[in-house]
Amino acid sequence: MLRREGLSKLTGRERYVDDLPLEDFLWGATVRSPAARGRISDIIFGDGVDWSEFVIVDHTDIPGRNAVYLMEYDQPALAPGYVRHVHEPVLLLAHPSREVARRALREVQVIVDVEPPALDFRALPGPDLIQYGEDNVLKRLSIQKGDVERALAESPIVVEGVYETGAQEHVYLETQGMLAYLDDDVLVIKGSMQCPYYVVKALKPALNRSEEEIRVIQTPTGGGFGGKEEFPSMVALHAGLLALKSRVPVKLIYDRTEDLVATTKRHPSQIRHRTGVDENGRLIAQDIEVVMDGGAYLTLTPVVLSRAIIHAAGLYHCDNVRILGRAMFTNSVPFGAFRGFGNPQAHFAVERHMDVIADRLRMDSVELRRINMIRDGQTTATGQVIRDGVDRLQIMDRALALSDYERRRREHWVRNSEHRYLRRGIGMAAFYHGAGFTGSGEVVLDSRLHVEGHPDGKVQVLCASTEMGQGQITIFIQLAADRLGYDPAEISIAEPDTHRVPDSGPTVGSRTAMVVGRLVERACDDLCRQAGLEIAVKANGGALVKEAIIAWHSAHPGERLLGKARYEPPPGIEWDEENYLGDAYGAFGWAAHVAEVEVDLRTYDVRVLDFVSVQDVGTVLNETLARGQVQGGVAQGISWALLEECVWKDGAMENGQLTNYIIPTSGDLPPIRVEFVEFPYEHGAQGAKGIGELPLVGAAPAVLNAVAAATGRQPTEIPLTPERLMVLLGSHAPGEAR
Amino acid sequence: MSGRRNDPIRISFTLNGEPTTVEVSPWERLLDLLRYRLGLTGTKEGCAEGECGACTVYLDGLPVDSCLVPAYQVRGRLVETIESLDPEGMAHYHARGTTQCGACTPGVVMTAEWIRRHPNRLETHTVRELMAGNLCRCTGYDGIIEGIEGALEDREAG
Repeated sequence: MLRREGLSKLTGRERYVDDLPLEDFLWGATVRSPAARGRISDIIFGDGVDWSEFVIVDHTDIPGRNAVYLMEYDQPALAPGYVRHVHEPVLLLAHPSREVARRALREVQVIVDVEPPALDFRALPGPDLIQYGEDNVLKRLSIQKGDVERALAESPIVVEGVYETGAQEHVYLETQGMLAYLDDDVLVIKGSMQCPYYVVKALKPALNRSEEEIRVIQTPTGGGFGGKEEFPSMVALHAGLLALKSRVPVKLIYDRTEDLVATTKRHPSQIRHRTGVDENGRLIAQDIEVVMDGGAYLTLTPVVLSRAIIHAAGLYHCDNVRILGRAMFTNSVPFGAFRGFGNPQAHFAVERHMDVIADRLRMDSVELRRINMIRDGQTTATGQVIRDGVDRLQIMDRALALSDYERRRREHWVRNSEHRYLRRGIGMAAFYHGAGFTGSGEVVLDSRLHVEGHPDGKVQVLCASTEMGQGQITIFIQLAADRLGYDPAEISIAEPDTHRVPDSGPTVGSRTAMVVGRLVERACDDLCRQAGLEIAVKANGGALVKEAIIAWHSAHPGERLLGKARYEPPPGIEWDEENYLGDAYGAFGWAAHVAEVEVDLRTYDVRVLDFVSVQDVGTVLNETLARGQVQGGVAQGISWALLEECVWKDGAMENGQLTNYIIPTSGDLPPIRVEFVEFPYEHGAQGAKGIGELPLVGAAPAVLNAVAAATGRQPTEIPLTPERLMVLLGSHAPGEAR
Repeated sequence: MSGRRNDPIRISFTLNGEPTTVEVSPWERLLDLLRYRLGLTGTKEGCAEGECGACTVYLDGLPVDSCLVPAYQVRGRLVETIESLDPEGMAHYHARGTTQCGACTPGVVMTAEWIRRHPNRLETHTVRELMAGNLCRCTGYDGIIEGIEGALEDREAG
């Protein structure tokens, strides 16, 4: 099936929040802190604009709790006299003219009595920097398996490594934006978001309103990647506060610079590995420390840290594993959800480290992976027994074969010894990603979904899952059509509107096709039951179902025919949240990437020449959409590895423009070759597992392993910009390297 | 002089084949004129500094970033937006995954269709090179390139 809303997007007819026709409204704008930490001593309003034309909101205008609630109430909606990061929101302005509103931002001076900020998450904070608990640690988590100290002491070889990753911006092409207005007493919020019910959850306590008094509607969303998971709640709250005070509609649209400097980003990390191995390369002990920069507020950091430590040991079996994780408070813009959610950092470290170990042992890194890769019946770091029947070696071998790994490696040896300044290398990464919420998270979410049969026999899916480009609308229609035996043209998806659709949980965590898609199937079954059909009848085709729906409506005029489904956990999943033991995820996606690069020793530029990705995401529901997810994820991973750098100065991102925060153009990327190996998951929709995050996870280590192969040096830090590569390669003149 | 610098300027130009007359401020961008005053919201703002290409329109037949064009400069010229393209021509892009979130898509399609109409450019440049002025964050560009290649093959076959 083709993307349902594809033609609407291709012709420019799709209406995003800033495209909605609107009259007599105000443009919102956000006044932000100029300093990383301190007390606000004064706010000076300049005389360049007429302030009587403005609606101005500060923290005293917040009717309820001054917080953007998700996990905790720690992050103020508007700073109440004290700021904890640069660009923290202080005041809101609204004016009928966007130009005047923007000019007004330059007329407001927020004066801060600056206190020393904590800016380096890697360093232990001195007493004057402590701002959270006793030690600025936002969250500590650990995993223990076996006896690491003893096993390390007994290991003939111990290999250590420290790996660092930088912040990454989502750069969804549509910036954050919300529209808020009052419809009688109901506050309506429309905008760009992944999780309509998260917005409701945040607005209720801040505005002292019930769910009935807040209506949140997702508009077509131009990319999310996690950046529209929790942050839109802040934008919605700001737009809502302005609309409540002004009593007219307010549109709050970030421009690119505001979006780059003021919104959440991927958590920077520093990960230490100390690994005991024997002479043959078998892992004896893995001692891992994961440190993340959480920024000034909690957002979703504890959950990101959790996913990072669960995946930190890689897809290998080892009897002795210790993983200590901590996320640090710093006076930086809060870091938050981003595709992969801690796992890309974890896998950058462990997959880079596997190549470092292989180098130390003078061993082929493919062989090292082959020896240690987890087999069915073996356990992960949390003690989860893997028994999904997936042939992980087949996935790796397929990626090696497709990329012609061995032959190219030999060709590179010859070529590199002959060429004056170009060095080629090929590298790989094997990796995995747990799909859906961790542990008992899906049970807590308690997701619900409805499928409605209309009097004309047509069917509509009602859910809070959102389309942001990944293909949710198309997949859900396809699943319902297959289940009911319908033509997809007779199935639609309701607009995600919290006054109309049930809470199907957030559209995050690679859970939508697998978990919520399964609810589509079960709600379709229930619809058949409600219409008086045995479910088995659907095998006879949709005509009977359609007849039954029409007949039901004739017998029940004016009533609604709803099939309903509610999440039920698969049997046999046991998770001990206290001790981080057991089944962390119901299903894992498994994959291998191979990257081939060329390093120019004159410019220190790294070009990716070829990229192969082999993925097991269970049943592939839609080949075109699935391939697009993999290619897009790989592209984001490659550019995280090589291009994307947030430049920080005194706690502020300095390069808040697409001119100097670089994401790849078509010319910067090779064709990304994708192949799927399908191992269906019986509890996912049609056997699907999660897909959205997995492809991003292994891209950076694959690229850096290729750079290591090309240069003979071991890079440990990303983004590996030309500047960093120059330092790594040292004083080699062209032609001398290695 | 300074008293007159904000005075509106009356301009006439051809927009998607229709003669159009408007008053614009000297500071107004073509992008804002199209989106907020003429209702042509297919043209998107992605970066406002000529990096992303989401606001691509044709000016006298050439693709330009409308965020960088002062509106008064289109006086007497031909402006074409995504709304002027024939929806029938989108089949290849639709089939090959050229669009995902859709925010870059109108700009991508404007450049793609321009390449399709100027195949001589392919004698000196690849499709991948010609598309480098349009940033996309979803596709990794393969869906875009394959969509254009499909459209080009169709043209050759026809």
